Amino acid sequence: METAPPTIEPTQKPAINGSPRFESWGRYPTYDAALRPMHWQGDFPALLNGVYGGALAVGLGRSYGDVCLLKGGTLLPTTGMNRLLDFDAETGLLTAETGITLAQILDFAVPRGYFLPVTPGTKYVTLGGAIANDIHGKNHHVAGTFGNHVTQFELVRSDGTTRLCSPTENPDIFAATIGGMGLTGVMRWAQVRLKPIVSRLVDYQGIQFHGIDEFLALTAESQHVEYTVSWVDVASTGKNFARGIFMKGDHSNVPAPLTKSAKPKLVFPVEAPGFALNSFTVGAFNTLFFHKQMKKSVTALQDYEPFFYPLDAVLKWNRMYGKRGLLQFQYAIPWDHAREGTEAVLRAVAKSGLASFLAVLKAFGDVPSPGMMSFPKPGITLALDFPIKPDKSFPLFQRLADMVQEFGGRLYPAKDAAMTPAQFRAFYPQWEKFARYKDPGLTSSFWERVTGQEPTR
Amino acid sequence: MSENPGIPVDPSTQEPLLPLRAPAEDAPRPATAPHVPRRILVLGATSGIAETCCRIWAERGDSLFLVARNADKLAAVAADLRTRGARYVDTAVANLDDTAAHPDLLARAINSLAGLDVAFLALGILGDQPEAERSFAHAHEILHTNYTAPVSLLTWLANYCAQRHGGTLAVLSSVAGDRGRKSNYVYGSSKAGLTAFLGGLRNRIDREGVRVLTIKPGPVKTAMTEGMKGSQKFADVEAVAATIVKAIDAALGKGPDVLYVPGIWRIIMAVIRAIPEAIFKKWNL
Repeated sequence: METAPPTIEPTQKPAINGSPRFESWGRYPTYDAALRPMHWQGDFPALLNGVYGGALAVGLGRSYGDVCLLKGGTLLPTTGMNRLLDFDAETGLLTAETGITLAQILDFAVPRGYFLPVTPGTKYVTLGGAIANDIHGKNHHVAGTFGNHVTQFELVRSDGTTRLCSPTENPDIFAATIGGMGLTGVMRWAQVRLKPIVSRLVDYQGIQFHGIDEFLALTAESQHVEYTVSWVDVASTGKNFARGIFMKGDHSNVPAPLTKSAKPKLVFPVEAPGFALNSFTVGAFNTLFFHKQMKKSVTALQDYEPFFYPLDAVLKWNRMYGKRGLLQFQYAIPWDHAREGTEAVLRAVAKSGLASFLAVLKAFGDVPSPGMMSFPKPGITLALDFPIKPDKSFPLFQRLADMVQEFGGRLYPAKDAAMTPAQFRAFYPQWEKFARYKDPGLTSSFWERVTGQEPTR
Repeated sequence: MSENPGIPVDPSTQEPLLPLRAPAEDAPRPATAPHVPRRILVLGATSGIAETCCRIWAERGDSLFLVARNADKLAAVAADLRTRGARYVDTAVANLDDTAAHPDLLARAINSLAGLDVAFLALGILGDQPEAERSFAHAHEILHTNYTAPVSLLTWLANYCAQRHGGTLAVLSSVAGDRGRKSNYVYGSSKAGLTAFLGGLRNRIDREGVRVLTIKPGPVKTAMTEGMKGSQKFADVEAVAATIVKAIDAALGKGPDVLYVPGIWRIIMAVIRAIPEAIFKKWNL
């Protein structure tokens, strides 16, 4: 029997009847797409019936650019598919449906004495999203990426075939899916190895530094510390150039009550007007932040919530950037050019006057990721937030991306809305090999953009 | 003095309680105040509200018997509840529209749980109102699943509980049953019938020591209401479930008989019920 042609009528609605469209965290770009939420493992590929324009499973939309968007296609939000399937209290192996959030995993695991092996700066991402973007955290130099702790998952393709993937079973598909941006199929469930903790607290130390050399010295002497990350002031020049605070911490080894976290209550109430973030307010913020820590060095016992997730306390904080949204820019530059590359980028950013609040600097370690398209590589990574200024932001981004390419580095697809096809191919020369594992029924606006025709610049 | 001091007995019948079929190992559970585990039968366990309630029950270590019609979905829900720390989870795949199968199913559930403290009825379909206007077959389907099948289940369960002078029958009705509206009056009338049935049942067996709790949720964000107009503003299912669990926990004579959740719907529906039919009939609701 011949299969019926795709029906258009029932899937034609833009998002769910007038509900807000699915946005990425940067709120740029924004595209209309139909939404078909998943609640059960069996929903995929059944939900693809009558879909045209491709489909993409998405989580909480915490990636910044367009890896979680699909213009004119169908998005499959997975957060309704959030069941725990198994937990071994001896080994810490947790199996769960991939729409579960890291926040939900922590609520379950922390009272049982376990923590995420790798966590990003927000707990509001899904397990599937963490694997698909092969996220990293403050412990990359010792623990590698999230994908280093994934033991297995079940992948369903749009043709309905399923595969169990692990480092030993279908290892090539396993590698393509970790960091595969959701393009190789839909993971129904995944298993990850959690790590034991005895306390919610983190032994924290914050140390002021001036310049990249001091940052590198602090990094070198903190190799044994599990978590290290730095905030760097990108607004200042002259003697304050590249000043920052080096933050490090280890899980406390003094047993303390392992309670569940309280739910955040603050929501950023409205969209800030476009002029709210300008070079003056950002400069003032950066100076305040730097001097909030009065002393050269501060030590404290800190709960894991403010240590790992300081911004999660205010839901929807991206509204601070107003209607135009924000762009993120995150690179990794390998060690041989890391120092000069980072200084050059910081100078270019400071000079542009488009500086951002949140500039995060970290040294990546050399634990290899199992992911074929994984972003981190040994060297320095810098992440910057920019409020979008239509005329200025994109030319600056192109300049910065060219500099990163020149220094042998690459950009992070999960934080990108601007890299060109040529840049993508230079950053990820393995992309053609990866493309062979892509599910023909799935795609994303990011993928269409970076594998499509070169736009005129 | 009891003959078997080591074996717990049913307080109403003095019959020894059967040990649970598979007592769970001492699974690590979050440290909470000591909780007397309850034996809970959940009918329609894969519904969004029921599953969310079950997670609360599982986390505090209650015993659950789950009934739903889709085996894969039921297995996923059961795995989740076991992982979260339920003392005991058993399941039965059943189409609850088949009222003839109810007695065997309920007997199996009560045997499996070795008794019954709470029966939570969450079966129901929203149906398709325009389709129900065109076709009585679909209207009948809605009425059967939402009214006839619960009446059958409740008849058996009420008699079981009344005999033993204990237990709580908690049933999901809906604010939609408080007044017929053109947008969903077939669904609404099925829930109106259910609400009236529960009122009468309570009037009969509350004095026997059986609690009957009518639960009327307003619109809740679940798979059932997905895609409905304004669904992003619907109530959060976790908050709704927490309120329901608390109301079910209340002792006889202490808790509500009719629970509107979120509570604002008690006021909204009072206003809507007060509108004269002469005016109401001209509105588009």
